[in-house]
Amino acid sequence: MYISIVEAYREYSVEDRGRMAALERVNLEIGKGEFICLLGPSGCGKTTLLNLIAGFDRPTSGFVRINGETVTGPSENRITIFQNYGLLPWRTVLRNVELELEARKTDKKERRRIAEEYTELVGLSAYKNHYPSQLSGGMQQRVALARALAVDPEILLMDEPFGALDAMTRMSMQDEIERIWREKKKTIIFVTHDIEEAVFLADRIVIMTSFPGKVKSVIDVPLARKRDRTGADFLKIRDRVFAEFELKTDDEPEYYL
Amino acid sequence: MIKMDLLKRAFKVIISISVLTGIWQLTVLSGRFEKSLLPSPAGVFAGMSGLIKDGTLFTNLGVSLARFLTGYLTAVITGVTLGLLLGWNKSVWSYIEPVVQVLRPVSPIAWFPFIVLWFGIGDAPAVVTIFIAAFYPILLSTVSGVRNVDAVYLKVADNFGIRQPQLLFRIILPAAFPLIANGLHIALGSARVFLVAGEMIGAQSGLGFMIINARNSLRSDLVLAGIIFIGILGLLLDRLIRFLENRIKRKWGVSAEVRD
Ligand SMILES: Nc1ncnc2c1ncn2[C@@H]1O[C@H](COP(=O)(O)OP(=O)(O)OP(=O)(O)O)[C@@H](O)[C@H]1O
Ligand SMILES: [Mg+2]
Repeated sequence: MYISIVEAYREYSVEDRGRMAALERVNLEIGKGEFICLLGPSGCGKTTLLNLIAGFDRPTSGFVRINGETVTGPSENRITIFQNYGLLPWRTVLRNVELELEARKTDKKERRRIAEEYTELVGLSAYKNHYPSQLSGGMQQRVALARALAVDPEILLMDEPFGALDAMTRMSMQDEIERIWREKKKTIIFVTHDIEEAVFLADRIVIMTSFPGKVKSVIDVPLARKRDRTGADFLKIRDRVFAEFELKTDDEPEYYL
Repeated sequence: MIKMDLLKRAFKVIISISVLTGIWQLTVLSGRFEKSLLPSPAGVFAGMSGLIKDGTLFTNLGVSLARFLTGYLTAVITGVTLGLLLGWNKSVWSYIEPVVQVLRPVSPIAWFPFIVLWFGIGDAPAVVTIFIAAFYPILLSTVSGVRNVDAVYLKVADNFGIRQPQLLFRIILPAAFPLIANGLHIALGSARVFLVAGEMIGAQSGLGFMIINARNSLRSDLVLAGIIFIGILGLLLDRLIRFLENRIKRKWGVSAEVRD
C-alpha cells in the first residue's frame, strides 16, 4: 500500500498519572489518491495520528511507512494545513504561497508564476497582494491551501481545516477541496469532527473513539461524486456513521433518529 | 473632520502652555524668588531665540543627536544580534540571564566613574551612556520575541524544509519583530532620558554641555531654555518611533496600538 500504518502506538507521560495512551495501536492502509477522513470526538487522537503521518511526531512503538519508507520526520512530500492556517502575517498572499519555493531557491520568475497559478486556483487572484490579516477566515484557509499545493506534495494532511468557519463558508470550502482533490489527484487525510463533512468528502471514514483514543472502525463511502448532501444514499451513510458512535454506549437503549 | 481634530488639539496645547506660563509669570512677579533661581518666561524666551539665532542650538543639537544615534544604533545592532542568538539557544541564555537581570536595573549614571576611566572624555562617555540605557531593553525583548515565536510557524518551516540560516531571517526575525519593535521603542524611551547626561561629564559640545556651560556662567535662563529644547527633542523622537512602529505593526498584521 501507499501509506501503511502498522501497530502505531503513541503514549505520553503525564504527571501524577504515569503513562497515558493517546492512541491505541492503529493499523491502517491508505491507497494513493484516496480521500480519508479521520472522524471522532475531541481527544480521540486524530491530531496525534495525523502528526505521526506528517512526521512531526514519532510513534512510541510501531511505524508509519510511506512508499515503502519509514517516516522519521516532516517532508515536503506531505504538507500539513493547520486549523489556524499558519500563514505568515508579514507576507502578502503571493509571498506566503511562494514560501517553500523560495526556500528551495526556485528561480524568481518561475516562483512568481507558480504562486500566481495556485492563487488563481483557489480564486484569490484579486487578493494576491493583501496581507492575511486583511482576509476573512475562509480566504485565509484558501491561502493556506494554495501554499500547500504550490509545494506540489503527493499527500495533504489537514487538521480540522474548516473548524473555525461558519456553515456556509465551510460548505463552499468542502466543494473547493473536493474539486482540487479530483483535479490534482492528491492523497488527502482530513481530520474533522463533523459527520456530514466526512460523508461528503471521504472515500473512507476512519471512525475514532476516545478514552483511550483508538480507531474503532473504517466505513466505506461508495457514493458517486459530486455528492448531494440531501440525497437518500448520503443520509443513509450519515446515519450509519451516527450509529457507529452510538454503539459506544451499547448498554443504553437506542433513543434517536 | 481630521482638520477639526487637529485644531481642537492645537487649541488644547496652547491653553495648557499659556496657563503654565501664566502661573510661572505670576510666581516670578510675586518677587519671592531671585532672578538667578527662577528666570522669567520672557527671559527664557529671549534665551531660546538667542540660542536659535546665533546657531548655538543647532550646532549642539546636531552633536547630541549624532551621539544619540551612534549609541542607540550600536545598541540596536548588538542587542538584536545577541538577542537572536541567545533567544534561540536556551541553555546559554539560562547562564547569561542572571547576569543581565542584575546589570539591567543599574542606571548608566552609576557607571560614570568607569566610563570616564575607560573611555576618557569627548564623544565616548555620552555614546556609552546611551548604549547602556538602550541595550538591555532591546536584548531582553529580542530574546523574548524569539522564544515566543508561534510554534505553528516553526512547524510550517520544518514542513517546508526551511533550515538555518534561512529559518532565522525568513521566519524567526520577522515573527519576533513586533516584540523587538516594542523593545526598540522602550529602549528609545530609556535612552532619551540619558540624551544629555553623558555630555555633562567632560564633553565640550552638545545640549548637555550647553546646559552645564550656562550654569557655569550663572545663566539660569539659558539652563531652562536648554531643558525646554531637550523636552521638545525628546517628544519629536518619541513621535517618530511611534509612527514607524505603527506602520510596521500594521504591515505585520498586528493591530496598530498606540501606547502612552
Ligand atoms: N503533548 C502531549 N502531552 C500529553 N498528552 C497529550 C499530548 N498531546 C496529546 N495528548 C493527549 O492525547 C489524547 C489525544 O489527543 P489529540 O490531540 O490527538 O486529540 P484530537 O482527537 O486531535 O482532539 P481534538 O478534536 O480536540 O483536536 C488526548 O487525551 C490528549 O490529552
Ligand atoms: Mg486535534
